Amino acid sequence: MSSPTSTPGRKRARTDNPSTPSNDAATSPPSQRRRGQDSSTGELPPMPTSPATDMLSPAVPQDTSLFSSPRHSVLPSEVDMSSPLIGVRGTPARQRPDLGSVRKAPQVDLHSDLPNDDGAAVSDGQNAGQRLVIWGTDVNVGTCKEKFQRFLQRFIDPNSTEDENAGLDLNEPLYMQKLEEISVVGDPVLNVNCGHVQSFDAELYRQLICYPQEVIPTFDMAVNELFFERFPDSILEHQIQVRPYNALKTRNMRSLNPEDIDQLITISGMVIRTSQLIPEMQEAFFQCQVCAYNTRVEVDRGRIAEPAVCRNCNTTHSLALIHNRSVFSDKQMIKVQESPEDMPAGQTPHTTVVYAHNDLVDKVQPGDRVNITGIYRAVPMRVNPRQSNVKSVYKTHIDAIHFRKTDEKRLHRLDEEAEQKLFTEDRVQTLKELAAKPDVYERLSSALAPSIYEHEDIKKGILLQLFGGTRKDFSQTGRGNFRAEINILLCGDPGTSKSQLLQYVFNLVPRGQYTSGKGSSAVGLTAYVMKDPETRQLVLQTGALVLSDNGICCIDEFDKMSDNTRSVLHEVMEQQTLSIAKAGIICQLNARTSILAAANPVESQWNPKKTTIENIQLPHTLLSRFDLIFLMLDPQDEAYDRRLAHHLVSLYYQSEEQLEEEFLDMTVLKDYIAYARTYINPRLNEEASQALIEAYVDMRKIGSGRGMVSAYPRQLESLIRLAEAHAKVRFSDKVETIDVEEAKRLHREALKQSATDPRTGFVDISILTTGMSATARKRKEEVAQALKKLIQAKGKTPAMKYQQLFDDLRGQSETAITKELFEEALRALADEDYLTVTGKTVRLLA
Amino acid sequence: MPSTHDWINNPLGVVPSLNDVPLHYLKPNSLVRFRCLIQDMFDPEFYMGAYETVDPSTKVLRCGKYKDVTECGVDLNSRNTVTAERQTFYCVPIPGENPWVKEISFSLAGSSQARVVPSTSYVPSRQKRSYEEDDDMDTQPQKQREPHTGMSPQSHTEPHGNGDCKRQETEAPSSQTTSASHLDLNFPLPGEKGPSCLVKVYEDWDSFKLNDTLEVYGILSVSPALSALAEEKDASSSLLDPAECMETAEEQRVHSPPASLVPRLHMIYAKPLPHCNPLLPSAALEDNSAFLSSTLSEMASVRTELLAYLTHVLLGDALAAEYLILHLISSVYARRDVLPLGKFTLNVSGCPTVASYTERLYQIIQQLVPCSYRLSMSLQNMNQLRLVPKKDYVANRLVSGALQLARNTSLFLDETQLEQGQLDTTGVRNITALGNLISWQKVDYDFNYHQMEFPCNINVLIASEGRSLLPSDCQVHLQPQVAPPQMEEYLSAIHMHPQASSQLNKFRLYLSLARTLDYSISDEVTKAVEDDFVDMRKDDPQSISAEDFHRLLVVARLLSLSLGQTSLSRDSWMRAKHIETLRRSRTEQQQQCVNGNEP
Repeated sequence: MSSPTSTPGRKRARTDNPSTPSNDAATSPPSQRRRGQDSSTGELPPMPTSPATDMLSPAVPQDTSLFSSPRHSVLPSEVDMSSPLIGVRGTPARQRPDLGSVRKAPQVDLHSDLPNDDGAAVSDGQNAGQRLVIWGTDVNVGTCKEKFQRFLQRFIDPNSTEDENAGLDLNEPLYMQKLEEISVVGDPVLNVNCGHVQSFDAELYRQLICYPQEVIPTFDMAVNELFFERFPDSILEHQIQVRPYNALKTRNMRSLNPEDIDQLITISGMVIRTSQLIPEMQEAFFQCQVCAYNTRVEVDRGRIAEPAVCRNCNTTHSLALIHNRSVFSDKQMIKVQESPEDMPAGQTPHTTVVYAHNDLVDKVQPGDRVNITGIYRAVPMRVNPRQSNVKSVYKTHIDAIHFRKTDEKRLHRLDEEAEQKLFTEDRVQTLKELAAKPDVYERLSSALAPSIYEHEDIKKGILLQLFGGTRKDFSQTGRGNFRAEINILLCGDPGTSKSQLLQYVFNLVPRGQYTSGKGSSAVGLTAYVMKDPETRQLVLQTGALVLSDNGICCIDEFDKMSDNTRSVLHEVMEQQTLSIAKAGIICQLNARTSILAAANPVESQWNPKKTTIENIQLPHTLLSRFDLIFLMLDPQDEAYDRRLAHHLVSLYYQSEEQLEEEFLDMTVLKDYIAYARTYINPRLNEEASQALIEAYVDMRKIGSGRGMVSAYPRQLESLIRLAEAHAKVRFSDKVETIDVEEAKRLHREALKQSATDPRTGFVDISILTTGMSATARKRKEEVAQALKKLIQAKGKTPAMKYQQLFDDLRGQSETAITKELFEEALRALADEDYLTVTGKTVRLLA
Repeated sequence: MPSTHDWINNPLGVVPSLNDVPLHYLKPNSLVRFRCLIQDMFDPEFYMGAYETVDPSTKVLRCGKYKDVTECGVDLNSRNTVTAERQTFYCVPIPGENPWVKEISFSLAGSSQARVVPSTSYVPSRQKRSYEEDDDMDTQPQKQREPHTGMSPQSHTEPHGNGDCKRQETEAPSSQTTSASHLDLNFPLPGEKGPSCLVKVYEDWDSFKLNDTLEVYGILSVSPALSALAEEKDASSSLLDPAECMETAEEQRVHSPPASLVPRLHMIYAKPLPHCNPLLPSAALEDNSAFLSSTLSEMASVRTELLAYLTHVLLGDALAAEYLILHLISSVYARRDVLPLGKFTLNVSGCPTVASYTERLYQIIQQLVPCSYRLSMSLQNMNQLRLVPKKDYVANRLVSGALQLARNTSLFLDETQLEQGQLDTTGVRNITALGNLISWQKVDYDFNYHQMEFPCNINVLIASEGRSLLPSDCQVHLQPQVAPPQMEEYLSAIHMHPQASSQLNKFRLYLSLARTLDYSISDEVTKAVEDDFVDMRKDDPQSISAEDFHRLLVVARLLSLSLGQTSLSRDSWMRAKHIETLRRSRTEQQQQCVNGNEP
């Protein structure tokens, strides 16, 4: 940097030539009259290097409305940056308030500063051998322009992955294609990726970052020259404006410091408030009441110098402001808050004020995650003329030049956000090394919630859930997306650290939600419509399931949930969408969330004599949507107890360091998962598909021998998902047989735990799919038949007492018949239209 | 018990404290200290670290650090201006700090302040006077600073002499309270008093965390110019510069409140307070081995006395008293991934509902611990109170809630006040927040678009009739040894025994000290404990679950600490097992009794 400091102090010293606009107005048409901000070249001769530039040497008498002393003999020349072209027909220039308007230029004390200015500017120029630079910078307009034009004409990025460049020929100069696009579409904005500039010309990039206020207008000038040379006939709304983005100095809001003032920065954050549109006067229009003479006055530092005398008829105080002929620009204040991910723990998020100008107004809404590129400004608190003491604090804000929403794409494509998360080379290397280890699966699963003891298979299941399967799109053939998320249900005795496991997962994943079945309503899970108190508009507020789109929704006390609430889960867990029809808003939201639920048994203690369904009393339609259902029970054997005791004691008394050595860091695990989710999309290979087919057939076979079906297509899908997830754990693009083996094993383990028929000891999937084991169903039929026989034996009695019948049946049967069983039998017969039950009497039909 | 003054050789004690001395007695631009909690963190601000005055004759470089307002005109165009960055914290007095803490810390500082107070009471007023006069505004700043005292009475007293009039003016308490009413000082707990402060931090502000308790030493700035600037802006600026009026009025009010209400404190040094018990030296205990060894030896005897006292308070129930002591010295000492270790939430069930027993119990606890708060869980309170802090984006601040508490604050949840009825959305949210607090020792602050988790360390004590609806680590059913008819009499007698303050001080010191002790467990004992667990499970697997074992380990830890032992002995382990068995059998009995009555 050529200038000593980059504080506001430096800025302030920059000369702003206060030539009165009214003088200009007489000599030049409005479109060319606007001055390029506060960039003036001191007292250097007009610049020969920029031929197309309209040089204004304001040889007008110095109107010194602001200064009491006449000016020295120096006549500063100006580079008019915003309207560089003569002879561009029909395309007006447009002010760029985003680059800082004259308004912000500080007052200058000419007495004290002018000599300084001279010295600095001249020496600068001399040292460079008449190389002219904009005062206070090392930017030479001509060179800079040439460089940028060269950049536009030559820059090629064959490896571009940005979706903005979709459809462009990557081997042709990128920005020339974009200019062509502009000529076709007519949107006069050229977004330039600073990363491209940097890779093309580091010096130019440095200048862009350090002196955006000077360099961007130069870029504008360059691009317009180039554009109108190429497309001389195009007429645009206004001249093309360059919008740089992705300044590599991307920062987190927290790290902004005084050094960044007046530099181009990119920060990320979340919009929390937007103000209403503020019309900001750029140019005031005055008309003389006496002779109707018009004059325009530009806003200078937020003030308008009202001409006291009409220049035409010399009447004093005759000019009146005509509002609707004045020029206004749009402005909006936006408050941006640090994104929660960037924050250190235990601190509150910082906020920054951003001003959006013109067409950037209303580009973002509260709640949006954005990357903002702009110029960081610090303005001293307004000096109060009546007080000699001022607050020694600056107000800071960012003049936005470019917005880029980070979550916008999420609606269309997945994992965009994860892509934003950059992994450093080193990190990727570490992750890959880790992945290459043969026991990576075991390592990761033991790193999961180390404070929870054992339950290895459950941890493995959750690990696979964290990775998820591969997303498949069958919308072409009409079936839509296949679910790639793995749902897991944990059930078991209270106090088996289910909640703790859920909490851990919730803390691990970036998009996790934690709710408790007790406390959440259907509305809280899905979405609700609210009336915004300010705007009286209906607003759709999303609930936990939608918020955890692409994440994991942890639902504790799943069994305590009302049926109503649970019913919304049906759609989410298979179709991965949420349909909402409320208060006139009908929509379908994505809820591609994995569900990790925990349920307690109904009798507070798991009854090993009952089936899963009976223990947790959940509808089987819902249960079958879980890929894995685990039981968390106390195993109760001595060796286990000893290990458990050791684990717990060491948990309490081991020092922090000791523990950390043993396990993988949580951040490594996080990165590992994020990386795998983003970059690894395994597909089945031939052997694996064969293995899956065999596994499925085997599963069906197990049951068929006993007249039961032990697997349904849903289970096959589960197997595929699990196998894919396991391949992801290995960072493998192919699903191989070992993945299928593990998926089978895990699935079987989970089944063994949850779908064992307590009466027979066999695995019976129909417990989950129909809520009843095959033996139980058979038994039900038998009872119904026995009952029918009993009734028939009674002869032609049209009605019977309920209790009587029950007692009779009980007396007749060898096995114990419970009331439920009896009622079920009655219901079965009623379904056959054999009888009806009204109150305490049973009537025969027909 | 050593005299409490013995170890106060602290030269910083001379510095007047904002907690004890009313603001108007303090000299502006002097060194003061403030015992506080960081309630909110504002955005960093850029200020002129160095600037030049505009007057060419006296052109000197001045330092802008530790000041809010520049002196003389500033040459905004000077090249020598240095911009620097500082951070602002909004600090409030430690919420729930009990009166005895205030009294004792006042009296401790008293030896020095006794000298300071009378002198400052006059000196600063003269100072201010002259300051204002120098400012050549005879009415303007006064009007701004004292808008509530009313001008006319003051002008009457004016002739009586400068000093007198000033006293009257500055002492007027009404000015404080009335203005406070329309400026919400954002205290976490309702009904709190005291000054809040905008603390400006110049270095290393990343090391501070929200809800940290600190003693800040800094330069007090109450320049009336600050409020003058703010007020003027309110009135006139809206049209002049659209950029400035964009800060909403609320935001203005919050971020630059009048300095007379919320003074600015420019931090020079901050001492983190691991506890706010003035009886315990705040320096690390290792440095104070003499003190430590003398008190440690006494701990067992103090414990016996305290146990007797609490047994008396808990209607003669020694077991409950034992558990109450364990609860009072518990503290989260570490976290294993999501699991906080060392928390010990106690649910005292079976509290008599007569004679506002719970209230009295709380009053006793209040006498013992430095910070506490009683949350009456009435339906109305649950539905209306704001427990969880919430970000207010309009005013750009964190609106505090009752769960924004300093570490080791005792939160007394009075569930006996809960009646049947409907909980609304807020109510459910509040109950969930309490549940989270108890289970995970964290509070999810509401940032509207997202929630943010702040870990905390709050001792929750639940007093209920039956088993509490909230989770707890341990439930003790109270078995009063007092027959219900005499309850009333007995209860009123509790307060007839005002403990000698030296006795109370002993208890207070004991509780705070036990909490800060280190604790370890030797390998042998580890082995024994493990064997014990296995044996217990062998006999009857149902007898002890992993959760019970967790609790047993915590009880053993706390029991050892309460006896002043810094490592687990076989004895303490057996004793822990013993009281756990007693407690469990009592709980079972109670359940059976309930079940027996039910059918």
